Amino acid sequence: MNVPKDLRYTKEHEWVRVRGDEAEIGITDFAQGELGDVVFVELPSAGARVAQMKGFGTIDAVKTVSDLFAPVSGEVVAVNPELKDNPALINQSPYEKGWMIRIRMASPAELESLLTADAYEKALGAHA
Amino acid sequence: MLETTSTLKRTPFYARHMALGAKMVPFAGFEMPIQYEGIVAEHRAVRAAVGVFDVSHMGEIRLTGPGARAYAGRLVTNEVSAIPNGKAVYSPMCLDSGGIVDDLLVYATGQDRLLVVNAANFDKDLTWIREHAPSDVKVLDENEDTAQLAVQGPMAEDVVARVYGDEVRSLEFYTFFERGSGEDWTLVSRTGYTGEDGFEIYVRPSRALETWDRLFEAGAPALIRPIGLGARDTLRLEMGYCLYGNDIDETTNPLEAGLAWTVRLEKKGGFIGREALVRSKSAGLARKLIGLVLEGERIARHGCEVALQGRVVGAVTSGSMGISIGKPVAMAYTEAGHTAPGTKLEVRTRGHETPAAVTPRPMYPRGSVRAPKPRRAE
Repeated sequence: MNVPKDLRYTKEHEWVRVRGDEAEIGITDFAQGELGDVVFVELPSAGARVAQMKGFGTIDAVKTVSDLFAPVSGEVVAVNPELKDNPALINQSPYEKGWMIRIRMASPAELESLLTADAYEKALGAHA
Repeated sequence: MLETTSTLKRTPFYARHMALGAKMVPFAGFEMPIQYEGIVAEHRAVRAAVGVFDVSHMGEIRLTGPGARAYAGRLVTNEVSAIPNGKAVYSPMCLDSGGIVDDLLVYATGQDRLLVVNAANFDKDLTWIREHAPSDVKVLDENEDTAQLAVQGPMAEDVVARVYGDEVRSLEFYTFFERGSGEDWTLVSRTGYTGEDGFEIYVRPSRALETWDRLFEAGAPALIRPIGLGARDTLRLEMGYCLYGNDIDETTNPLEAGLAWTVRLEKKGGFIGREALVRSKSAGLARKLIGLVLEGERIARHGCEVALQGRVVGAVTSGSMGISIGKPVAMAYTEAGHTAPGTKLEVRTRGHETPAAVTPRPMYPRGSVRAPKPRRAE
């Protein structure tokens, strides 16, 4: 299971990559594997506000649909434009090409409440 | 999940699934492969070439004895008594109410009738069939003695003929042959649940792994692949084939489900549920199971409401991505009057009104299957 050390995680299997005051968000390798082939993602538009641990979108895989939860609060500044035509990027490259949104964080202190890679990996251990 | 791994049964192919890295899930009391490389790739492989499904979870029940043929005819709605040896028939089995106990395949093997039922219904079916059996029929549980593989796709004939010989090529749709006895018994049937040409192969568990290996060896030139239950579901849904527990159950009858072609109201000896179905037919159907093709990319799921200009007229029973259609597809029961092909409806997909058009089943009509529906028994 691929769990990059430099990211933070939620128990709901989202990851966060921090760049200055921006947070890039996606779902983990474990999550994409559990979902199976992703066929559609519904994401907010740039300018939308999201709140920590509130839903910010949904992800449709062939077999199931799942809610996406915002790891941090803030304003959406970018949405991955590739996902509309190629949602399978989430399966192929969950931490890179499959990123979903970038948020300008309202409260970077929220990052402290997220899991480290080690803690996330430990949480995954319970699934294995 | 209610089922824990420790209580789940495994099919004789379990070692192959593990070796192939399948993702295993609990399904109807079995630990089954839902996917190997991914549902989309597996679905496409079956439409384009050939794939192998482990369907050993399906249940086998044999009716034998002097009354077996007549009793099979009483149990199910289609004609299964007066059919020749070597013929297979798809049929619902109904309650007195006309509700569906299960849908199954009936094989005419000599004077016996071999019933292949849904895994989730096996215990219920066995009880139902034993309770109604007359004294001149023996009901044999052959579930543990049977392994089953489905080989499906436009190249299935070449693969299966390489293993079982040219007799395979002369099998018509919904016919079968049997060979051998005891541990060597094999039944090869030209049937399937994908909309492609294909075969279902039954062997004893002691021969399961060698059967798997021979098929994969014979299929190597055609790039044969293992296919999980995930793609089995997307393939059958594009064809508008019913899945028990989703599209049909004890509260739905075969006429509503679009299975009138399997209901022989006039057949000799009648059948359980006939009177209810006669009443249902003469009263006119209040609802019908329709196919839908959705606009956009949102996928309808079981239970989503279906509306016409804001008024709810039905509910989705199955929904997924129509991988070969390129659009989401669904089946839904809707009120009579809103079931004609082309009718524009809306499906409520988690807060969105997604436009959808009523589409004849099969929604994917281009498969290699010999007939889009199994023919009525002659």
